[in-house]
Amino acid sequence: MTVLPTRVDPAGAEHTGHRAAMLGKLADLAAEHAKALAGGGPRYVERHRARGKLLPRERIELLTDRDAPFLELSPLAAWGSDHPVGAALVTGVGVVEGVECVITANDPTVRGGASNPWTLRKALRANEIALTNRLPLVNLVESGGADLPSQKEIFIPGGALFRDLTRLSAAGIPTVAVVFGNSTAGGAYVPGMSDHTVLVKERAKVFLGGPPLVRMATGEESDDESLGGAEMHARTSGLADHFAVDEPDALRLARRIVARLNHRKPGPDPDPSAPPPAYDEDELLGIVPGDLKVPFDPREVIARIVDGSDFDEFKPLYGTSLVTGWARLFGYAVGILANAQGVLFSQESQKAAQFIQLANQRDIPLLFLHNTTGYMVGRDYEQGGIIKHGAMMINAVANSRVPHLSVLMGASYGAGHYGMCGRAYEPRFLFSWPSAKSAVMGPQQLAGVLSIVARQSAAAKGRPYDEDADAAVRAMVEQQIEAESLPVFLSGRLYDDGVIDPRDTRTVLGLCLSAIHNAPVEGARGYGVFRM
Amino acid sequence: MLITHLLVANRGEIARRVLRTCRHLGIATTAVFADPDTDAPHTREADTAVRLPGAAPADTYLRGDLLVAAALAAGADAVHPGYGFLSEDAEFARAVVGAGLTWVGPPPAAIAAMGSKTAAKRLMAAAGVPVLDALAAPTEADLPLLVKAAAGGGGRGMRVVRRLDELAPALAAARAEAAKSFGSDEVFCERYLPTGRHVEVQLLADARGTVWAVGERDCSLQRRHQKVIEETPAPGLDDATRAALHAAAVTAARAIGYTGAGTAEFLLAPDGRFHFLEMNTRLQVEHPVTECVTGLDLVALQLRVAEGEPLPAPHPPAPRGHAIEARLYAEDPAHDWQPRTGTLHLLDIPGVTAEFTTAPGDTGLRLDSGVEPGSSIGVHYDPLLAKVIAWAPTRAAAARRLADALTRARIHGPATNRDLLGAALRHPGFLAGRVHTAFLAEHTVALTAAPGADPTAVLAAALADAAAGRAGRALPSGWRNLPSQPQSRRYTAADGTEYEVRYRFGRTGLDAEGHPGTVLVRADPDRVVLDTGGVRRGYRVARYGDLVHVDSPAGATVLTAVDRFPDPAVRTDPGALLAPMPGTVVRTAATVGDTVTAGQPLLWLEAMKMEHRVTAPADGTLAELCVAPGQQVEPGTLLAVVRPAR
Repeated sequence: MTVLPTRVDPAGAEHTGHRAAMLGKLADLAAEHAKALAGGGPRYVERHRARGKLLPRERIELLTDRDAPFLELSPLAAWGSDHPVGAALVTGVGVVEGVECVITANDPTVRGGASNPWTLRKALRANEIALTNRLPLVNLVESGGADLPSQKEIFIPGGALFRDLTRLSAAGIPTVAVVFGNSTAGGAYVPGMSDHTVLVKERAKVFLGGPPLVRMATGEESDDESLGGAEMHARTSGLADHFAVDEPDALRLARRIVARLNHRKPGPDPDPSAPPPAYDEDELLGIVPGDLKVPFDPREVIARIVDGSDFDEFKPLYGTSLVTGWARLFGYAVGILANAQGVLFSQESQKAAQFIQLANQRDIPLLFLHNTTGYMVGRDYEQGGIIKHGAMMINAVANSRVPHLSVLMGASYGAGHYGMCGRAYEPRFLFSWPSAKSAVMGPQQLAGVLSIVARQSAAAKGRPYDEDADAAVRAMVEQQIEAESLPVFLSGRLYDDGVIDPRDTRTVLGLCLSAIHNAPVEGARGYGVFRM
Repeated sequence: MLITHLLVANRGEIARRVLRTCRHLGIATTAVFADPDTDAPHTREADTAVRLPGAAPADTYLRGDLLVAAALAAGADAVHPGYGFLSEDAEFARAVVGAGLTWVGPPPAAIAAMGSKTAAKRLMAAAGVPVLDALAAPTEADLPLLVKAAAGGGGRGMRVVRRLDELAPALAAARAEAAKSFGSDEVFCERYLPTGRHVEVQLLADARGTVWAVGERDCSLQRRHQKVIEETPAPGLDDATRAALHAAAVTAARAIGYTGAGTAEFLLAPDGRFHFLEMNTRLQVEHPVTECVTGLDLVALQLRVAEGEPLPAPHPPAPRGHAIEARLYAEDPAHDWQPRTGTLHLLDIPGVTAEFTTAPGDTGLRLDSGVEPGSSIGVHYDPLLAKVIAWAPTRAAAARRLADALTRARIHGPATNRDLLGAALRHPGFLAGRVHTAFLAEHTVALTAAPGADPTAVLAAALADAAAGRAGRALPSGWRNLPSQPQSRRYTAADGTEYEVRYRFGRTGLDAEGHPGTVLVRADPDRVVLDTGGVRRGYRVARYGDLVHVDSPAGATVLTAVDRFPDPAVRTDPGALLAPMPGTVVRTAATVGDTVTAGQPLLWLEAMKMEHRVTAPADGTLAELCVAPGQQVEPGTLLAVVRPAR
């Protein structure tokens, strides 16, 4: 046991100040989450209920095992866009008959559940999670189809939805479609491409063309039930494997389907005997300073998320701006990389590359805790090979085969975001704290760089430089970059899988590690570990 | 002649009771068992056991020929009949004796003399024992009346008649029931004393002329003429009445040359006068209360007398303290005492100090039970689960001890009369000694008032179930990053009330709707501790399929977990008649297509010695009749469907 010590003074002014700032951000976050939970608003929710239908989260609650956790993903999708927060779709990882599944549910109270570009990205992200972690996919379908005004953003990339379903199937990952209502035109391929289908009596409508379109096309008079009703598909077309008499019956059938999948999880479940951290997770609220220029010791975070606060550091005296080491989380072995002083130097980069190689040889998943302003710049560092060393780290991250998890605690700027396994490096899951910020560089630096370039350009052309205009532009750019580096903004664009309460970090990572272990955990092999 | 090997011609707790004494005395034992009793404790506990093929008593425990053959095959030299079954069958006693075996009971002639209640009355009247005359032609002045089977016992065939025009049908019904149950359709009627007490005297007589009156018992607390709570000494008797009762009992025994253990039953009127009812020529169910206050082993004394030995003293020991017995039955007092069947999962009565015997000391709790966890409570035999007996220096102390034991008992499986027993033992009328044979009938509603379930116990069930469902899971229960609704669990209480528990575990702990301020101290699958208003209470929870039992010192709650997904295929037709209890279809009174009126009897079910009518729920047509006479039905079996008239 190597139990981390702590220097946190929960009663101290520094801690209480940080905590107050974090609680303020969490309140703002809760307000944004409330928008996603509200769906299409009271009027449409009531209309939906009046039809005797369940809301998407009610469907998920009935589908999943009682008292099991459910990790909702991308709840802020479409934040900051013209579309409602949540993107008319609920996705997440839940447990059905003891089997962890990726679950998606259209929200028919939001514009009839129509897909907009963010719905598509959110659905594709859910599919990706199902594929990479080999989790069965259950789609709870009720969607009016594509949001026609934004069809140009959806139609062509949207084909991936159906492609994913059949590729999951080909990979041996089960797909289940439960159709509660409209699933027409392109949407008809969701049940069409799924391994298992359940259609709800007198509710499900699955056809390529509805009665008006059929009349236009061929002159044939028809109705919804004969074209795509559950009874027809169950008895005649064979599209429906299961005929559900109502919504609860459909969810019951879906549970029975999952119970019969013969799903075998290759890895272990979270260990109930794993000791909790020795320190109160509540103190995670007061660790990240409101001002990200002030560094903080990530060991204080590690001490509040890993089993027994037990952490064995790798190369603690070398490249001290990056903390690396081994721990367990709900019993799962993890290797942790956490920024300590913001900047990544050559030593830190080499240490990271070596550590990532070790984790691959040992088949240990990696956890990246971000608070970096990027790789060091300057003559000495360039001459010292910072590009080569940063490239080693990015190379190691990019080609690592063990699962990666990323949590943006504070800053995640520049190429440091890449080296710490940012979104483009395909961590299995990536979450942000409300205190996080991510951009190519800090807002002030970016505005300053723009100003310097403009000033040089003016000087080169021999023009006078307008200092007042420069100040105004700097302020405006700074403000814009600040807004665009906030977690809700990035989450709205699906650049993370959600913004989480720091106190939930251990639980969220435990859920993710459990999900990850549905696929074999195997590192990259080839060369031995390079000592760098 | 010394008994060396005894066959117990009985089952259940009384068989175990006799086996226990044999073990003490060093007598080898043989049990008999019908097929449902193959794995019963009494079958296992005897040295050897002989199968009686079949299940119905008529095929098994009532087959004297098989019992005698079993005794001979096993090498027994004596037969103890227990109570019920063939214990008062003179023919059987003669057969036992005729086979060269020792009969542990009175002489066959004494059994025969008391076998007919009408003949016994005449005999006793002649001996000077006061009797209630059998009424040849009752008049208005004699009302109310009690119709009884001459050969009956255990309440079978008895009917109370309050109006003269009810008499003829009551006689007819009693005759039918008596013929079926006892093989004799002789019935008679006598005056019924609604506020009379049932007081009986325990007798022991040897062949040397010594007759003991070993105290009396009050058995007034009865349901359907069956005893439920018995005690000794009888409360509130003055010495003169007690002495007169004892003397009358001794006279009765002497009149018929009685030997062994027997009981003279009397009806004691409020004015202190008493009348002989009948004599039971066997050990009584309620004999343990007498044992507890006297320290005697009545079975041992039965064996001693059967061996031809004298009673050990000219007079019985004086009683010390007070003992009360409660009969724990698998039955539902709130639903007309209907018997309940099923698997008994647990019978745990805390504080038991003795089983089948009296332990040394002045106070204690005794348990005589024929069942154990896993026992199946079926339709063939008496639904008696156990007799719980408390003894203490005073009546009040014994009642308190017994009521508390019943409240704390963990009894899992079929519904029982436990709450009613506890409530009766705490009833001011009972505690004041104001008991009479209609006591339970009068107070049934109050004693069984089902207030639904304790909501906190339902909450405890839900939290334990939540813990059970998640046993071994490491992640927080029901965790959500975007909570949209609480977890929900639904249960129905015994009275059919449905409860929904809506709960969530937040960062600050339990948040249960309708339970503000309730703090969850701990929740395990089998134990939940809740803190309400600073007071901690523990609940023990056990589940068997969808049955959930919650036990706490405040009492027990039985719940049925409601399936999250009710099977849509299971829908009951509104006109469908389902069997209310397990039983046998005796006869049907309508055929498919008949026009029926609401309340019209359609068929009769016999269950646990009683006939139950199944009537049309509404005017209409009998659309389906799904059963035939002789058919055995389980609760919930579809009997018939009435299509209501438009």
